[in-house]
Amino acid sequence: MQIYLPIAEVSVNAFLLLGLGGFVGVLSGMFGVGGGFLMTPLLFFIGVPPPVAVATSANQIVASSISGVFAHFRRKTVDLRMGVVLLIGGLVGAALGVVLFNYLKSLGQVDLLVKLFYVVFLGIIGGIMFFESLRAIRQTRRGKPPKRKKHGWVHGLPLKMRFRTSGLYISVIPPVLVGLSVGILTAIMGVGGGFIMVPAMIYLLGMPTKVVVGTSLFQIIFVTAFTTLLHATTNFTVDVALAVLLLVGGVIGAQFGTSIGTRMKAEQLRILLAVMVLAVCGKLALDLLLQPSELYSIASGAGGH
Amino acid sequence: MLRLALLLCLATLPLRAEEVVLGLSRDRVAITATFEGSDILIFGAVKREAPISEVPLGVVITVAGPSQPVQVRRKERRFGIWVNTDAVDLDAAPTFYAVATSGPFEQVLTNTEDLRHRVSIPRAIRSVGAASMAEDAERFTDALIRIRERTDAYQLLENAVALDEQTLFRTAISLPANLTEGAYKTRIFLTREGRVVSRFETVIDVRKVGLERWLFTLSRQQPLAYGLMSLAIAIAAGWGASAAFRALRRT
Repeated sequence: MQIYLPIAEVSVNAFLLLGLGGFVGVLSGMFGVGGGFLMTPLLFFIGVPPPVAVATSANQIVASSISGVFAHFRRKTVDLRMGVVLLIGGLVGAALGVVLFNYLKSLGQVDLLVKLFYVVFLGIIGGIMFFESLRAIRQTRRGKPPKRKKHGWVHGLPLKMRFRTSGLYISVIPPVLVGLSVGILTAIMGVGGGFIMVPAMIYLLGMPTKVVVGTSLFQIIFVTAFTTLLHATTNFTVDVALAVLLLVGGVIGAQFGTSIGTRMKAEQLRILLAVMVLAVCGKLALDLLLQPSELYSIASGAGGH
Repeated sequence: MLRLALLLCLATLPLRAEEVVLGLSRDRVAITATFEGSDILIFGAVKREAPISEVPLGVVITVAGPSQPVQVRRKERRFGIWVNTDAVDLDAAPTFYAVATSGPFEQVLTNTEDLRHRVSIPRAIRSVGAASMAEDAERFTDALIRIRERTDAYQLLENAVALDEQTLFRTAISLPANLTEGAYKTRIFLTREGRVVSRFETVIDVRKVGLERWLFTLSRQQPLAYGLMSLAIAIAAGWGASAAFRALRRT
């Protein structure tokens, strides 16, 4: 069944959108990532204009993250205090990111920079996670308990705060910085940023994996909601019909994803996420390296020079 | 520019010996939520006082969507990766453009008349300042046409106008599903020996209706309300699905 999207002004298959939303929703529930880093490029492929795709997937991420976070609240795997600290950083970061984004736009190379950002960040994070998880799995096979660094530079900073749910007593500076940098990336790359925040929380802040997913979902809800409003009021690019179709699939998928996620071991979960991140990174890198079949592209509404 | 102006001055207006009487299968296209594109039948007759001329008649029909500025970018290999390097801004390119003719395009319309009335696809695109932005600006225009022809946004339909007894003509233009809202200018040219002897213009109105119309208007006029509504839907859907699944699991 074809459906005409009022803002995007394209006609697409409704079941394709439902399926797409469902697929990304499962991932969102499993890994605590918003799925924007997959959703946005997938929407490009089916012909949705990039500005609409970016803005609308932000709206869709709000829905699937809320759906996922309730399940985590019930299981008490959300560190609210940590979430709020990350959120403060995130909102500031998002505002800074928009300023930076507009500056890059005036230079005329924003597409390339966004793609390079993706390749570099996804490559580094995917690589680190993959090898860390492999090592952890090998260690548990040999019977040794996995070692966790208890004291690093993170613990020497002032403004300490107790995060009971995470079992941490650390300075608020690192979480605020994590939130801030993720906020900047959110604005530039048009994603929730969970795929960067989750590893940062595990490896940088030393939070337990089970708490990380719920907490990042909590933070993502507010940052993506903020982004949606910014896009709707400045660029008029949020397509509500597209969002509804994606989120119907998305919220159902997220529920399945959450129950799959709780049944899997933390290491397995991490290695799966790492593989996915590396796959997206590889695809984007190939796009940059191989000669495209069409060298020309159309950007409607010629911008400034 | 000067040459163009001279041509326009020199071209004498033909006598209105023949006139078009036009019919449209529909003069209004409504874009609903399940819009899948639309076929429009354009038909008519030639009204004339004098007897039919010896020279065969040609008919050219064009349908043009609203024009918008467009930027075309080209990729080039720099430091091993493909980067957008050159860009050309085209002042106005129609979002949809179809030309249907009763014979091979070059025979039905001369180059001069094409230039004057902007009939062929390349002529329908306005690119005044383009030449100063890149040495090979034409290749950017060609690329735009190539990309849009692939999605049926631009169509050149030679021999698609059926002409009976030099009097009755008809053609069908199929509008794709990805339509932009606006007034679609429809022109009919009658030609003899490639020269335009009569022209007729009308408009097909393409509009969003119902829910599509309401959402579009709300998003432009009250963006904050629209944004909050989108968020409210997202929150309600997320919470609803979570609650529904909980209820399912309990039973």
